[in-house]
Amino acid sequence: MRRSGIASFVLWICLTILTLLPVWWMLIVSMRPRVKLYSKSFLIDDLYWDNFLAVLNSSSFLQYLWNSLIVATSNAALVCALGLLAAFGLSRYKISGGDNVFFWLITNRMAPPAVFLLPLFLLFTKWFVFGDFMLFDTKIGLILLYCVFNLPFAIWLLKGMLDGIPLELDEAARVDGATTGQVLSNVILPLARPGLAVTFILTWIFAWNEYLFAATLTSSADARTVTTALAEYVSVTGTNWGEMAAMAFLTTLPALIVLGFVQKHIVTGLTFGALKG
Amino acid sequence: MRQSNIGWLFLAPATLILFVVGFVPFIYILYVGFFDWNTNAIDPTLRWAGLQNYRSLVFDTTFLNSLARTLGFAFFVVVSELLSGYVLARALMADRLWGRQFFRTIHTLPIVVAPIAVGATWRLLCVPGFGIVPYYVKLWFGIDYNISTNAYHAFATAIIMDLWHWTPFVTLSLMAGLTALPKEPLEQAQIDGGNKLQIFWYVIVPMLKPVLLTTVFIRLMDALRSVDEIWMLTKGGPAEATRFIGLHIWINVFPKTDYGYGAAMSLLTLYVTIVLSWLLFVAMTGRKGGAQ
Repeated sequence: MRRSGIASFVLWICLTILTLLPVWWMLIVSMRPRVKLYSKSFLIDDLYWDNFLAVLNSSSFLQYLWNSLIVATSNAALVCALGLLAAFGLSRYKISGGDNVFFWLITNRMAPPAVFLLPLFLLFTKWFVFGDFMLFDTKIGLILLYCVFNLPFAIWLLKGMLDGIPLELDEAARVDGATTGQVLSNVILPLARPGLAVTFILTWIFAWNEYLFAATLTSSADARTVTTALAEYVSVTGTNWGEMAAMAFLTTLPALIVLGFVQKHIVTGLTFGALKG
Repeated sequence: MRQSNIGWLFLAPATLILFVVGFVPFIYILYVGFFDWNTNAIDPTLRWAGLQNYRSLVFDTTFLNSLARTLGFAFFVVVSELLSGYVLARALMADRLWGRQFFRTIHTLPIVVAPIAVGATWRLLCVPGFGIVPYYVKLWFGIDYNISTNAYHAFATAIIMDLWHWTPFVTLSLMAGLTALPKEPLEQAQIDGGNKLQIFWYVIVPMLKPVLLTTVFIRLMDALRSVDEIWMLTKGGPAEATRFIGLHIWINVFPKTDYGYGAAMSLLTLYVTIVLSWLLFVAMTGRKGGAQ
C-alpha cells in the first residue's frame, strides 16, 4: 500500500468510529440495567435484555410495530406496481407533454412535508369522508399519502431501469403475437425484477422512517406507526433511557438489516440518477 | 415508440394518486390562506379575509425569526457538508483500498436510519446529566455543556447532528462524481502548469458542476425541512433557539386551530423554499465557469 493509501485507510477508520459511535452508544444504553445507566464506559458490560423485553411486551408498541409493517409493506408494493406501470408508459410510449408530466411527478418528492401537513389534515378530516369512513387515522390514509414522496422516487428509479431494457425485446415479443399485457408481464417484469427489489426496499425504508405525516394524521393505536411510538415515549416517560434506547434500536433495525443491500443504490437513488453510486 | 393515448393509460394511476395527495392540498391551502378560519372560535366558519393573513404574517416576529434561523442553519450545514464532503471524498479516493466496500457500507448507515431515531440517539448522547457528550466536554474542556438551557449549545448540537447525519451522503455522492470525471483535462491542466487551486477552480469545479448542483439542491431541500431530529433532540428549545420553520408550523398550527393563518404560514414557507431552489439553480448554472 502506498503512503496515501495508508493515510486514507486511517481516515476511513476514524470516520467509521465517528459514524458508529452514536449508534453504538444507543446499543450500549439499551443493554444496561437501571443501576448501571449512568456509567460512562463505552463497553457492553453484560447482556441485559430486559429493556427490549419491556418494550416488546407492551401491547401498544407491538400494535405500532404491526401498523408500521403493514403501512410500509403496502405502500412499497403499491408504489412499485404503479411506478412500474408509469415507468412503462413513459419509457415505451411517446406521450404528448410526457416530459412535463414526468417533471411534475418528480417535483412532488421535493415538497416540504411540514407545509402540506395542514391541508392534508383538513382534507383527511373534512373532505375525504365517506359516510362513517374518513381517511384520518387509518392505515389506508398513510399508505396513500406516502405515495407523495415514494411514488416519484419509484417512477424515477424504474424508468431508468426500463430505459436500459432494449426496445427490440418488446418488438420481438409483439411480432410473436404478445399483447401489451404479456409484454409487460413476460418480457419487462422478469428483466426489471432486480430493479423492482431495490425500489421496494428503499421505498419500504422511507415509509418505515416517516414521522411527521404519521404523527399528524393518526391519533389512535389503529394507525400510529413505530416512529410516533418512539416520539411519544420520549415526550411522555422522559427519563427511562434504557427502554428509550431499546425502542430507538428496534426502529433502526430494518435499516441495519438491509444496509448492505441498499448501499450500492442509495446514492444513485437519492440524487435521482445524477450519480451512479 | 407507440401512440400516445395508450401511454397515458399506464401513467394514469400514478398521476391520479399524486394529483390527490400532492396537487389538491396545494390548491386547498392556497384557498384557505385567504380566509379567517378557526374551528375553535365563536364563529367556526370560513370568513373571507383577503390578504389579512399574509399582512399579519409579515409582522409576526416569531415566524420571521424562525424562518431566518432555518435559513442560517441550512446555509451553514450545506456549506460545511459540501466542504468537508469534498475534502473527505478526495482523501478517501485511494484505489485498491482494503475493505473499501465495507467502509462505504458503514457510511451509508446514517442515511437510512430513521430521522426520529437519529434524534433519539443524539438525545441519549447529549441530554444533560445522562449523555456522554456533556460528561466528556466537562472533563476535557471544562465547559458546562447543556442543550436544554444554553441556546448556543443547542443550536450547535443541531448542526453537528445534521453533519453526522448527512456528511457521509455528500462524501459518497462527490466520490461518485469525482470517479466519473474524465482524466485527460486534469492531466492536460497539470502539463500546462496549473497549480492545485487553479486546477480545482477552473477544471474540477466546472466538470463537477452537475454533481455539485444536485447534491447541494438535495441537501438544501432536506435542511430546510428538517423537523424530526430537532423535535427529538431539543423540542425546538431552549425557548426558540432550535425551532426551525417546519417545527414552528407544526407546533403552532394544530394546537391553535387557526387554520387560515396556518395556511398562509405554510404557503409562504413553500414560496421561500421554491425561490431559494430557483436562485440556487440560476446561481449554479448561470455562473461562467472560468475555463469556458
